[in-house]
Amino acid sequence: MEFTRRQFLKVSGATGLGIALSSLFDLSSVKAYAQELRIKGAKETPTICHYCSVGCGIIVSTSGGKVINTEGDPENPVNLGALCSKGASFYQVAVNERRLTKVLYRAPGASDWVEKDWSWATKEIAQRIKKTRDATFKTTEDGVTVNKTEAIAHLGGAIHTNEECYLFQKFARALGMVYIDAQARL
Amino acid sequence: MTNHWTDIANADVILIIGSNAAENHPISFKWVTKAKEKGAKLIVVDPRFTRSAALADIYAPIRPGTNIAFFGGLFNYILRNKLYHEEYVVNYTNASFLIKPEYSFKDGMFSGYDKEKRKYDPATWGYQMSPPGPDGKTVPLRDKTLQDPNCVFQLLKKHYARYTPEMVEKICGTPKDAFLEVAKTYCATGKPGKAGTILYAMGQTQFTVGTQNIRAMAMLQLLLGNIGIAGGGVNALRGHSNVQGHCDMGILAHVLTGYNPIPLKEKHPTLKDYIEKETPKASYWVNRPKFLISVLKAFYGENATKENDFLYDYLPKVTTSGTLYSTIPIFEAIAAGKIKGLLCWGMNPLVVAANAGRKAEAMHNLDWLVAADIFETETATFWKRPGVSPANIKTEIFLLPTAARMEREGCFTNSGRLIQWGWKGANPPGEAKWDLSILNELYLTIKDLYKKDPKAVSPDPIVKLNWDYGRGETLDVEKVTKEISGYTVADGKPVLNFTKLADDGSTACGSWIYSGIYPEDGKNLTKRRIAEKEGIGLNSEWGYAWPLNRRIVYNRCSADPTGKPYNKDKWLVRWNEAEKKWETRDVPDFGWKDAKTGEMIPPEKSAAAPFIMVATETVGRLFGTVADGPLPEHYEPFESPVKNPLSPVQSNPAAKIWPAEVDKLAPVGSPEYPFICSTYRISEQWHSGTITRNLPWLCELMPNLFAEISPELAQAKGIRNGDKVTIATPRGKIEAIACVSERIKALQVDGKKVEIVGLPWHWGWTGIAKGDVTNWLTPQVADPSVFMPETKVFLCNIEKAVA
Repeated sequence: MEFTRRQFLKVSGATGLGIALSSLFDLSSVKAYAQELRIKGAKETPTICHYCSVGCGIIVSTSGGKVINTEGDPENPVNLGALCSKGASFYQVAVNERRLTKVLYRAPGASDWVEKDWSWATKEIAQRIKKTRDATFKTTEDGVTVNKTEAIAHLGGAIHTNEECYLFQKFARALGMVYIDAQARL
Repeated sequence: MTNHWTDIANADVILIIGSNAAENHPISFKWVTKAKEKGAKLIVVDPRFTRSAALADIYAPIRPGTNIAFFGGLFNYILRNKLYHEEYVVNYTNASFLIKPEYSFKDGMFSGYDKEKRKYDPATWGYQMSPPGPDGKTVPLRDKTLQDPNCVFQLLKKHYARYTPEMVEKICGTPKDAFLEVAKTYCATGKPGKAGTILYAMGQTQFTVGTQNIRAMAMLQLLLGNIGIAGGGVNALRGHSNVQGHCDMGILAHVLTGYNPIPLKEKHPTLKDYIEKETPKASYWVNRPKFLISVLKAFYGENATKENDFLYDYLPKVTTSGTLYSTIPIFEAIAAGKIKGLLCWGMNPLVVAANAGRKAEAMHNLDWLVAADIFETETATFWKRPGVSPANIKTEIFLLPTAARMEREGCFTNSGRLIQWGWKGANPPGEAKWDLSILNELYLTIKDLYKKDPKAVSPDPIVKLNWDYGRGETLDVEKVTKEISGYTVADGKPVLNFTKLADDGSTACGSWIYSGIYPEDGKNLTKRRIAEKEGIGLNSEWGYAWPLNRRIVYNRCSADPTGKPYNKDKWLVRWNEAEKKWETRDVPDFGWKDAKTGEMIPPEKSAAAPFIMVATETVGRLFGTVADGPLPEHYEPFESPVKNPLSPVQSNPAAKIWPAEVDKLAPVGSPEYPFICSTYRISEQWHSGTITRNLPWLCELMPNLFAEISPELAQAKGIRNGDKVTIATPRGKIEAIACVSERIKALQVDGKKVEIVGLPWHWGWTGIAKGDVTNWLTPQVADPSVFMPETKVFLCNIEKAVA
């Protein structure tokens, strides 16, 4: 039996009744119709919600490289497709005009940002790290090899990937940093 | 977590304390609900009648900062009424171990306190040891009848005798009946075959006695035989999607990867010192050298050889203790002008850290700041925050636009140690980049600078680093995954897991506890997506749980010393006596099969060492060495409305205080700050609000910072629901909207009526939904073991805002 959109809305309008009745109807044609509307031809990738540590699965649908839908991953045994209000609004993290899209720089005493490019920023940051490290690096202290700088601190990242976190500390330690922390106590 | 999320459904009783799981880990309640459908009882202990409490069978109110008194009351109840799981306690814990007769506890103080240093020397807390045996080893003396006055069991009984239900009521403000109802219901899980689980969060940790709160939970679960069983455990509900992973990856000052300690200048000047001092004589940690050397090989590749101690010297060493290099000390060092540059990846300390106002001021001293995030943060914009003049601030700031979760790829570890892969969905917007690629470029650029500069200072630790993951289009995240999991150096092939690691330089492994996630080239087990069709929720083929895909740790304890499960339906491992073999449903957390011969190891062997990671006893510690005492003892929070009813010692005598901020702590019973204040989280906003306060839907749901107060307090102060109010502490003053609520009630504490003010802390001056920073109010005083700040309890005043 083919459901028209109108019939579907009539059923789901009476919410409680709709839920009670939904198991009596074969909704697969409705589902297929709904899918066609929104995510036809989209690529679906699973990811893990970035908020708390339940680690709910989220399916991200993208089309033309743009996120067009996010919803709970029904296959993930931790959340079985359910999401809280934060996970349910995951879409707005991707589609959001407030997202930072350019490298910004604030000069000493300046009252606003200016836009810069990546190669400039990477070079400038690298130079500052090197300058600060070289000016304060201690090879030994009290006769012990310490190979450290106490002038640079490294913070983050509890919502980064394990691969990023691993490389953060590899990077920081190779440079001799000892002031290293992230959100563990927060 | 010792257990995991879906395992909550296996519990007979669920205790939620120091957590509001329904609101802050909402999907966890799927599993709480499932347990309840099967007849489980839910207990919630919280200062407020939260949404978790609304679904509970039993609710008990508790004064913030008095959890140890509550647990002490439970210990007393269990010991008096013999509700402990006796066989488990005798065999699987150190209850029978004898403590040195020099140990003492009197008037709130343990033996060995140095008043000047505010520190304990734990020498008197040690075990009585046997004379050397034929193998030269000494072992702790034991009395398995638990009668010896120096045995841990008797010391426990003596210590907690003071924690009567009347005392609990006095200290916690919890009515005696409510406490007894909790005790009766929860402690019934001490019966063999019954399972009680504890779900907790920052309402257990963020105190000057935070570590002891955690110890108390471990002790409770050990007494009741709830560790290592399905539906049991000590289960932290952590706050971020990869906070567990970042700890496992060692991005903390006091540890390298896999919880190997950071090298200390005084203790580990050479590799030999490190190996000797950090390799215990017993427990799985005897393998420490394999883990450390494999990390060094991962770091320095073929440059690290036996002859040069695997370049151990290149690792920077801290002085005295790694904790002295954590967040609060970092900001003190910035304030003192010692730290000149700060790299801050996706973190917002100016909203989330205690005493945040001081931290914001400190930032003015930085020469440069590199912040990388998806939205503008308070930390990145401290120089233009309300009330400061940018012209006076010299800090150079680089704000790098980064990819959000759906725009990056890699694995993440949830609270249940489950590592799951997240695939990349879309590209980040505009010129935003993935942090892995930003870091990669940054490192390679720095390496180049060091290679080209003949005057560079100590370039070797940088240029000799083993770092080859591709670049730009060829950057391959799974090269990092493979390195974390480990490989044999000679042929570059992945190792099966950490049992294959060696200390001779033949293996490299980024973090031993993750070894096994990438056991073959092209095989990434964190990508597995096979959910179980039936069972007890182990889901052993979904992702990978560290260590070794073990879903419930210490699972030897799920069976008695003969290998018979305590609960035959929810069994995890069982010894088949007829066929002389182990049957396993979860990966065994004990020696069950000889690694070389494959022969089954009979149950008596592992029954003697069920806690393989506890060095060196290999049994659970009811009595243990922690900075502020071998047993949790109630002390008042640093800011308290009352004198300590239990002992003459007001607050934790070993707590960490910063001289610079000690005058910003309110005195006991302060008339200026007469109300208890506690901070908490809400469902619709998350953490510093960097993400959520930039999302229109969530801002519509929860736009404003509010202060939650009881109707009585509101009336006394002439405050109506919706009024603007100011909340003040010695650290600062903020404004919020009053939320007058029946959920929060004054408590009777040692004869004094004490009101509580509740404050969420997700707001700041950026985003769509703006508000004051709650952490401007919180105190800078911390637990001595890990410097956990006491943000969950302090004193405040609240007034209707002047128009």
